Amino acid sequence: MENLGNGVVYGFATLGPGIGLGILIGKAIESMARQPEAAGMVRTTMFIGIAVVEALALLGFVLAFAI
Amino acid sequence: MTPILAAAEYGGEFDGAFDNINALFDMPTLIPIHIGGLDLSINRTILIAWIMTAVAALIMYAAFKNPKIVPSKMQSVGESIIDFVRNIAHEIIGPKGAAYVPLLTTFFIAILFLNLAKITPIFMLPPTSRMAWPALFAIIAWLVYVGAGIKEQGAGHYFKEMAFPPGVPKALYIILTPLELLSNLILRPFTLAVRLFANMVAGHILVVITLVTVHVFLYPRPGLPIGIVGLAASPLVFGFELVIIVLQAYIFTMLTAVYISSSVEPAH
Repeated sequence: MENLGNGVVYGFATLGPGIGLGILIGKAIESMARQPEAAGMVRTTMFIGIAVVEALALLGFVLAFAI
Repeated sequence: MTPILAAAEYGGEFDGAFDNINALFDMPTLIPIHIGGLDLSINRTILIAWIMTAVAALIMYAAFKNPKIVPSKMQSVGESIIDFVRNIAHEIIGPKGAAYVPLLTTFFIAILFLNLAKITPIFMLPPTSRMAWPALFAIIAWLVYVGAGIKEQGAGHYFKEMAFPPGVPKALYIILTPLELLSNLILRPFTLAVRLFANMVAGHILVVITLVTVHVFLYPRPGLPIGIVGLAASPLVFGFELVIIVLQAYIFTMLTAVYISSSVEPAH
């Protein structure tokens, strides 16, 4: 049962970042398609955004084992 | 992992059950060293870290021991790595970024090679999956970006801008100041370390599960199809892990550059 708890904690932790990553990467691809010459700048900013959003899911992953 | 190991205990030859996730990362001491109250024993993680550091140093030494205008193969590999990091520094920090290229290159190469131990045969354990390594890198990054802010803007101005960002209504400072201080001084290095650590832990668990599945099920027994799926999946898992390894080294380097640039150039 304890393992089930870990799984549930991590499952909930992925919900928000999952939606966030979808929106973020989708918008980045959209803007790259609109302005291919700005692709390098968009990509860098996208990775920064991904890193910030992903941190939430990773905190959930760590806490699932820590609790 | 539990179902695989339960199946293994039921009919397989594999009998080394892991009772805890820590068992994957806890290595027995090889050479015990105790100095004062400190436990400085040498275990497998440290050995892997030493070997990977030596490999990285040898590659960079071979690349740049005899630099020529027309680069040799090794030199062009080394130059492409340094050029990659220098582009990050120039794009994000700007003209002042040149001073931080050595630090960022060290971060990139160190993290890349320590992570690569995850899919290197024989080692198969990234030293960065123990919290000490990411924490060390994050503490160095913290010292550098706070130091850069104090050097470029002066201590008073730097901390004042951090605590009271300009262009905000005065009443909002009640909420904003604690949040900004927490985010800039504590959460930044913490997430920097935890991101690398958690990615490496998750990747190591994934690799272990794949290989244990192959090891347990690839016998002429009823579970054989599972073993074949595991065998087919393992190259994909390794390729995926290679992408994660390079991406994490890149993201750590880039975020350090972002934090340095926020210290070097005051917010307007």
